[in-house]
Amino acid sequence: MKYGVNDKGYYGDFGGAYIPEMLYPNVEELREQYLKIIHDADFIAEFDQLLKDYVGRPSPLYRAKRFSEKYGANIFFKREDLNHTGSHKINNAIGQILLAIRLGKKRIIAETGAGQHGVATATVCALKGIECVVYMGEVDMERQAPNVSRMKMLGAKVVPAKSGSKTLKDATNEALRDWIGNPVDTHYIIGSVVGPYPYPDMVARFQSIISLEAKKQLLEQTGKELPEYVMACVGGGSNAMGMFYHFLNDEKVNLVAVEAAGKGVDSGHSAATTFLGREGVLHGSRTILMQTDDGQVVEPYSISAGLDYPGIGPQHAHLYKINRAQYVSITDDEALQAGLLCSQLEGIIPAIETAHALAYLEKMTFKPDDNVVICLSGRGDKDLDTYIKYFNF
Amino acid sequence: MNRLNALFNKKKDNLLSIYYTAGYPEVNTTLDIAEALERAGVDFLEIGFPYSDPVADGPTIQHSSEKALENGMTLTLLFEQLKDLRKRITIPILLMGYVNPIVQYGIERFCKQAAEVGVDGIIVPDLPMYEYEAMYSRYFIDNNLSNIFLVTPQTSEERIRKIDELSNSFIYLLSSSSITGGQLQVSVNIEDYYKRIKAMQLKNPAIIGFGISDDKSFKKACEYAAGAIVGSAFVKLLGTEGYLEKIQGFVKSIRF
Repeated sequence: MKYGVNDKGYYGDFGGAYIPEMLYPNVEELREQYLKIIHDADFIAEFDQLLKDYVGRPSPLYRAKRFSEKYGANIFFKREDLNHTGSHKINNAIGQILLAIRLGKKRIIAETGAGQHGVATATVCALKGIECVVYMGEVDMERQAPNVSRMKMLGAKVVPAKSGSKTLKDATNEALRDWIGNPVDTHYIIGSVVGPYPYPDMVARFQSIISLEAKKQLLEQTGKELPEYVMACVGGGSNAMGMFYHFLNDEKVNLVAVEAAGKGVDSGHSAATTFLGREGVLHGSRTILMQTDDGQVVEPYSISAGLDYPGIGPQHAHLYKINRAQYVSITDDEALQAGLLCSQLEGIIPAIETAHALAYLEKMTFKPDDNVVICLSGRGDKDLDTYIKYFNF
Repeated sequence: MNRLNALFNKKKDNLLSIYYTAGYPEVNTTLDIAEALERAGVDFLEIGFPYSDPVADGPTIQHSSEKALENGMTLTLLFEQLKDLRKRITIPILLMGYVNPIVQYGIERFCKQAAEVGVDGIIVPDLPMYEYEAMYSRYFIDNNLSNIFLVTPQTSEERIRKIDELSNSFIYLLSSSSITGGQLQVSVNIEDYYKRIKAMQLKNPAIIGFGISDDKSFKKACEYAAGAIVGSAFVKLLGTEGYLEKIQGFVKSIRF
């Protein structure tokens, strides 16, 4: 694939596996096995069956009528919010648990920001009867309390990450430290297209079901397989990569990735990585990250815990650098307003992460016949508290 | 041939190295600590430059890194402080830190600066072999800097051979697959691991690190390797009142 990873784990200048030697055997085992396992007929059969009967796929492609009227184009929502557990994160969690079992692993660890990936991981561990430990920033545990309870109810142990900014990046550090200490029996289910190779490629493949279905559904509904625009929000970038994946080689399709500007790109409280970041190394891959001149990682900010991450996946960094996708940003306020609009025009309360992608519609100009697909990556139940506080309901 | 090579040629066992984080607990005592350690008889030093996200480190070194960053420690400042290094210190010095600050500083500039101030080797735990060989090694070699690789009980024999080939001073043997600041693991498996390494007859000596905190663990490590590295236990001492005066006693308590 033109925009895919090479055999050394790089997307152009980005990617690789910058990991301490302690993680080398685990990552090497994955690198050697992942393609073999995920192309195995038995794996494919179980993965497809679980996605269908357990997750509820295919997720609908819904033509949002009132949104379409408002923005003067055909706006389609790819309804990942309707998946079991409420977001796209389950696609990857299912894939990785099946992989972990085939690697003979007995224990699962994961990091989580908004808690969606933590819930998805706790869910698949319950499904398969495997021990599950989820690392979550202390700050995130507070602002996403319902998801903490959900993980506990599903039988997972939730460990607060108390270092640094106490958010997603620190949860990732803690998960990596756990993995260093448990190199033989544990598999680390990374929730986004970040981390050392082969994670970015593996997670992208598991999430690519989103665009695979969308293409087919668009053809059925519009007679055209290719839309003019494909849009998604980006923290680490897993729903965006899943949404872009099968459109990457169709150069006519405009790809729009929406980052979290927080209180504004120049406010000092932002998570807009491509605007504020430079090339460097974070969590095992060479990518673009927010950092000081001295190479210290900057603590990002977004009201949305799932986008509150100082880097982006290496494939996104590549697509950004070569201009294959457009990277833009949306503030907290704009996102929350878009969340309200979607609730009241379409009867869908989106996750605040997703609301960032919806908010960018305001800034675009469409032709009436344009088809626009937005990844509705998750539902907003977990964010009700934040919405309620903001709008004073 | 740098100071490290000279040391290993001369001394084959009971080598003691100490790690500490530059800028902790005070920003300007980097060379004072080094001097005290040399005076106390330490064979070589590892000076850490702090990073915001040290994934291979436990709470003690995480804390020292955070504090050092708060105190304003940067690579630029560290090299400034090390200008007088060779006027005051004669033992070999390694710099240890994560790859991102080096990338930002510029690898070529970093290696040049390190050589200029009299540093002998570099340890970058998150710089793997492939990336080192493909993009970094020429700057190390041009500046006569030794790159130190880590080996764990899970590292394959083939990989250890390759590491031995790429190394030119010593191999950093981890007592277990763990982050820094743990306990020395002593079990049949670990003894087998040390024996396995010894039997491989590598060209580079092995120094054991991670979990070496006192005379007992140091002595145990020296049975299997040319020496050992104390990190977190020393960084803990630095966190106490009057740390400079305590260094002599600390080193004496470890070295038998």
